[in-house]
Amino acid sequence: MGWTRKILRVDLSKGTCKSEPLNMEWAQQYLGQRGLATKYFVEEVDPKVDPLAPGNKLIMATGPLTGTMASTGGRYSVITKGPLTGAIACSNSGGYFGAELKFAGWDMVIFEGKSPKPVYLSIQDDVVELRDASHLWGKTTWDTEEIIKSSHHDPQVRVASIGRAGENQVLYACVVNDLHRAAGRSGVGAVMGSKNLKAVAIRGTVGVSGIRDFKAFMTATTAAKKVLADNAVTGQGLPKFGTQVLMNVINEMGALPTHNAKDVQFEGARKISGEAMHEKRLSDGKANLITNAACFGCTIACGRISQVDKNHWSVVNSPKYWGATGGLEYEAAWSLGAADGVDDLDALTVANMICNEDGFDPITFGATVGAVMEMYSMGVLTKEQIGIESPFGSAQALLEIAHMTAEGRGFGKEMALGSARLTAKYGHPELSMSVKGQEFPAYDPRGIQGMGLTYATSNRGACHLRSYTVASEVLGIPVKTDPLVTEGKPALVMAFQDATAAFDSSGTCIFTTFAWSLGDLAPQIDAACDGGWSVERLAELGERIWNMERLFNNAAGFTAKDDDLPARLKTEPAKTGPAKGLVSGIDKMVPEYYQLRGWNKAGEPDKETLARLGL
Amino acid sequence: MQKSLHIDPSKCTGCLQCEMACSYENYGVFNISKSRIKVFNFEHEGRKVPYTCTQCAEAWCMNACPVDAIRIDAATGAKVVHEDACVGCKVCTIACPFGTVNYVADTGKVQKCDLCGGDPACVTACPTAAITYVDADWTGLDKMRQWAGKTNTQPRASA
Repeated sequence: MGWTRKILRVDLSKGTCKSEPLNMEWAQQYLGQRGLATKYFVEEVDPKVDPLAPGNKLIMATGPLTGTMASTGGRYSVITKGPLTGAIACSNSGGYFGAELKFAGWDMVIFEGKSPKPVYLSIQDDVVELRDASHLWGKTTWDTEEIIKSSHHDPQVRVASIGRAGENQVLYACVVNDLHRAAGRSGVGAVMGSKNLKAVAIRGTVGVSGIRDFKAFMTATTAAKKVLADNAVTGQGLPKFGTQVLMNVINEMGALPTHNAKDVQFEGARKISGEAMHEKRLSDGKANLITNAACFGCTIACGRISQVDKNHWSVVNSPKYWGATGGLEYEAAWSLGAADGVDDLDALTVANMICNEDGFDPITFGATVGAVMEMYSMGVLTKEQIGIESPFGSAQALLEIAHMTAEGRGFGKEMALGSARLTAKYGHPELSMSVKGQEFPAYDPRGIQGMGLTYATSNRGACHLRSYTVASEVLGIPVKTDPLVTEGKPALVMAFQDATAAFDSSGTCIFTTFAWSLGDLAPQIDAACDGGWSVERLAELGERIWNMERLFNNAAGFTAKDDDLPARLKTEPAKTGPAKGLVSGIDKMVPEYYQLRGWNKAGEPDKETLARLGL
Repeated sequence: MQKSLHIDPSKCTGCLQCEMACSYENYGVFNISKSRIKVFNFEHEGRKVPYTCTQCAEAWCMNACPVDAIRIDAATGAKVVHEDACVGCKVCTIACPFGTVNYVADTGKVQKCDLCGGDPACVTACPTAAITYVDADWTGLDKMRQWAGKTNTQPRASA
């Protein structure tokens, strides 16, 4: 068990909602969440489909540990073909929404077709219906959640929705749940918008009773929680500083992509770091950080809850930004900050709020602003075109562009394209810091070589969450490797990719892997689910998922030439820091990676590899 | 020694492990809608507050019950609902000033915190010690210690 064994299929074109039994054969092969939903997706959707056409589908999926007492057991993923990349997209979120879907008795929801008018899906256990959302269209995610709770007369409803960015099909729009948790990357929110699906509102009272062996489960989850509590990263660093624990560390090692990756160190890093979030502001004597916070079931609690100075110029006339809300994670602090040269902590916090409020990915957004600022500095884009003077370091430009993107006005319509399309439109595609159309995040591949291979081979476009070799190359987890060399990185990346795919399919959070290995995850899954789950089986399952995603992307038209990095990282050496003089050694790593994967030189899995994995 | 639940909201992260543990202890399932302790999230203030029955000495719920279904557990001092006697009239839910007795439609009875017979599951599950189970006569001890630590006295020279 572990699964509810029930999925909900919603045909938005016809307006129907149907219950189906979960394919238990597939569940044994793909576990849940990322793996299992991707299996459904690749079986049902043409890889060549236009991501924003009705033929694309969108799946919200839980894992077998979602909604249980396993630490971090509250995750769900959104699986679709991403409009930013044209590749398989799988974006993972925490908060409380995923557990509520499970409590209502569903493993996943498959949305297909396109509604003729705006709707939202209401789920109250097995009472499921599409409701009119014309009154919600044009509303932010924050207002949408409030209006639904109020109209349902139920403050305990959990809501995932799109803001105006998703409606306007900003190609990197998110799905936002519980106000500030997001299935953030690859534009899954734009797909919801294309289907006229505004929100999903859930109240679940059935709960999770299908645990194979409750006693063994409580023993396994209690032991695993102790591992998290005793670990320096998950027990101390993340609760205190959040992912922002990394800002100063990565800057010091010369791996903080700055000014659209022209530089690898940012002189303002200290001012936008996790440490700075704890310090009292000169202006009002209060700290940016109010408290840390947990997602459902999480015993780490890395979340940041922040509050800006209400007299800060960016919010002085906007009381809606005065309250406490989700604060900066490391990736957002980097993309809105270092990538754009902005070192005003409160301004970055507000930009991040706008991303949450109207639902767009701060990584792609901030990186795109960085490309715009570089084009502005070159004279390719002017103040008249953008609507504001936009040199690197301008917090005013950052916030004005954020507002324009949220509202879909002026230059915001161009911002909706993301950096790859935007820079190409103005004749400078080399200024987009992206792979497969998606911007890479906060680790410079010149200073952390393994992350270059991570970005180049990630199945959803550049991303840190597909194989976070930072754990090994920076933090020494599970073993320390030299960040400046390429040797050994293909094997490292592959092992991380496979293990991550297993974690992403379980219902737990990838941040547990600072402390947990598959050896900590396996007993929890085995106690919850039928079938006998060992470390070896989970590793193989991860490899199977990785290859399944790869096959979909190859069929969608991706080839070996797409497994590459922006030229800047290969030709412009790091100017300062420990990596000074280095470029990314990506060209050395990819062939070895293919070989280890059992793929041919064109990056296609060999027949033997597919047979071994049962694909 | 009688013990009492002691809640320090400043330590609560909102993970809901307490609600899950409560539902598992009492119903054998993971289902926060069945929990007798609830965590309230005051989102815009950044505050999360676990809240449950305080086990009043002169319990309104117990005094209001027309069929004596709520009785005192002599060992723990908990006011315990006896389901075999409860008729589901809900008068206790009206009498309780704090809202911590609630009706359960599935069973047709009311439920409230019973301190799990002296080993509260929420306390065991809480990862941050926001919920503890302490000497009922000394729930103020930690706060006293904090304030005592602020007093400006010099260590006494050895006699």
